[in-house]
Amino acid sequence: MSDGPIDHLIRQLSALPGLGPRSARRAVLHLLSRRDSALEILVRSLEEVARTTHACPECGNLDTLSPCRLCRDTHRRPVICVVASVADLWAVERTKSYRGRYHVLGGVLSALGGTGPEDLKLEALVSRVRACAIEEVILALGATVEGQATAHYVADMLRETGVRISRLSHGVPVGGELDYLDDGTIALALTARTQAG
Amino acid sequence: MTCLMSAPPRPETPDDAARPVSALTRLSVSRFRSHEAVRLDDLHAGSVVLTGPNGAGKTNVLEAVSMLAPGRGLRGARLCDIQSNAHPGGPGWAVAADLIGPFGPVKLASGWDAAEDRRVFRINNAPARTQAQVGDFLSIVWLTPQMDGLFLGSASARRRFLDRLVFGFDPGHAGRVSRYENALSQRAKLLREGGAQAAWFDALEIQMAATGVAIAAARLDFAARLGRAAGVDFSGGVFPTARLAVEGGVESALRTRPALEVEEDFAKALRAGRQEDQRSGGASMGPHRSDLAVTHAGKSMPADQCSTGEQKALLIGLILAHARLIRAERAAPPLILLDEVAAHLDAARRGALFDILATLGAQVWMSGADRSLFSDLKNPALFEIREGIVARV
Repeated sequence: MSDGPIDHLIRQLSALPGLGPRSARRAVLHLLSRRDSALEILVRSLEEVARTTHACPECGNLDTLSPCRLCRDTHRRPVICVVASVADLWAVERTKSYRGRYHVLGGVLSALGGTGPEDLKLEALVSRVRACAIEEVILALGATVEGQATAHYVADMLRETGVRISRLSHGVPVGGELDYLDDGTIALALTARTQAG
Repeated sequence: MTCLMSAPPRPETPDDAARPVSALTRLSVSRFRSHEAVRLDDLHAGSVVLTGPNGAGKTNVLEAVSMLAPGRGLRGARLCDIQSNAHPGGPGWAVAADLIGPFGPVKLASGWDAAEDRRVFRINNAPARTQAQVGDFLSIVWLTPQMDGLFLGSASARRRFLDRLVFGFDPGHAGRVSRYENALSQRAKLLREGGAQAAWFDALEIQMAATGVAIAAARLDFAARLGRAAGVDFSGGVFPTARLAVEGGVESALRTRPALEVEEDFAKALRAGRQEDQRSGGASMGPHRSDLAVTHAGKSMPADQCSTGEQKALLIGLILAHARLIRAERAAPPLILLDEVAAHLDAARRGALFDILATLGAQVWMSGADRSLFSDLKNPALFEIREGIVARV
C-alpha cells in the first residue's frame, strides 16, 4: 500500500467507530469527487468544531459555548441526571422528555478496565448538588455490572447531602414481548412494577 | 430470582403414536475442523452411526451437530479454533441442517462470522433474533470420553456441567453466571491492588449477592427436577439410579431460609471476608465454589468412590435422565450425541442402552471405530468416515 495523503486520510477515517477500510475508501472517493459540495464544507466544519468545542466545565457536555447551552437554559428544573458519557447525555436529551440538568461522569467504575473513582467526576457532582439546591439526582447508568456498581457508589456518596436519589427502572422494553424476554429481566420488571389505575 | 415451575413428570409411553419427534433429516458441514464440505442426507429419527478409523473426523461431525444449539458445543471450543486449517482467512465455518421438530420442518444454521468474530444463527434462512430462540427449536445433550473423569475431577468441572444443563431449561442462567463472574473478578482485582474504597466493594458485593443467590436457586431447582428423573429406575438396574445434591454455602442456606435473607447474609459475609479473601486471592464463599454431589442410590455410595465402570454407567444414567426430563418438560426429546460410548460398555449394557434409546424416541448420533458394535441397532443410518470423506454404508 502506498503512503500518500489519500491513504493517510483513508486510514484515519477507517479508525472511526462504525467505519472500516471499505467504507472509509468509499467516503474518501465520495468527498474527492464532490470537492465543492462536500469536501470543502466538511473541512470548514471540522476546523470550526475543533476550534470552538469544549467540555462544559459544569456538566461535562460537549458544546461550543462554555458553560454549555443546557447549563445556560434557566427553564431547566433543579434535577441532575447522571450519565456515564456524552453519548448517553445526547441519548437522554433526544427523548425530549427530560427537562433537567446533566452530569457526565466520564466513564464507569471498572476494576478490570482500570477506571477508579478518581478517574470520574464525582467530587464535582457532590459540589453541584450542594451548591445548586438540587432536588433530585437520577442515576441513568447502564444495567451492566460496572454501571450498577457505579450507580451504587454514587448513591452512597450522595447520601450525606440528603438529596433524593433515583435510578432508571429495569424491565420490559417498549415493543417487547414477554415471551422473548429472559427470566432475569422479567423478574426485575416484576420487582420494579408500578401501579396501574 | 428465578424459579421455573416444575411440571409433574409425564408417564412414559414408548408406543404413543403421537409421540413428538426431533430429528435432523439433512446435515451439511463446511470448513469445520478436518471437514471441508460434508453432507449427510436422508437421515431419520432413530440412530445415526459414524464409524471409521481413529482420527478420521467422527467426533468433528458430532461437534458440528452440537454447534446447531446455543453454547460452545461438545468440545467447549473457541469459535476461531473450529475453523478448518485449509481456510484460515476465508469465510467462517458453518453447519446447516433440516430439522423435523415439534413445530414441523425447520431449517437451522449456525456459523462463525470471521470478520466480526461472532456466532451467527439462522432459522429458516433468516437471522435468529436471540440464541434462546434457536434453543426453542432444538436441544442437544451429549456424552464424550472427556466427561469420564467427571466424578473424580475438580468441583469446577462438575459445576460447569451442572450449569450447562441448567442453561438448557433456563436461558437467563448464562447471563446471571457471567454477571456474577464479572463482579467476582472485579472484586478480586480491587483486593489484589488494595486501596479501593469500601463503597466500591459494597457496590460489587451487593451485585454478587443478588446474582449469586439467583444462580444457586436455579441450580437447586434444576437439580431437584433432574434428581427426580435420575431416581427412577428405567433400565432394570443396568444404569444405576442416582441421587443429586448441590453442595455450597448459599445453596444450603436457601434450603431453609427465604432468598432475601440469604442474599443479605451473603453480602455481609463477603464484606466480613475481605481481609481473608485478600490473602487467599478469591472469595471464600459463593456459588463459584459449589459442587454437584452424585450418589449411587442403590449402594448409597458417592460416585467418586464407585468403580470406573459404575461411574460410567451412572454418568450415562444421568445423561439419559436429562434427556427424559427434556422430553417431559419440553415439546420433544433432545438430540443425543454419544461419542465413543458403545465401545466402553459390555454387550449387556450396550444392548440395554440401545433399547432405552429406542424408547426415548430421540435421534441418537453415535460414533465408534468398530462397526460391529452397532450390529444390534435396528435400521441405523450408517456412515463410514475415512480421510475426511463421508460415505453411506
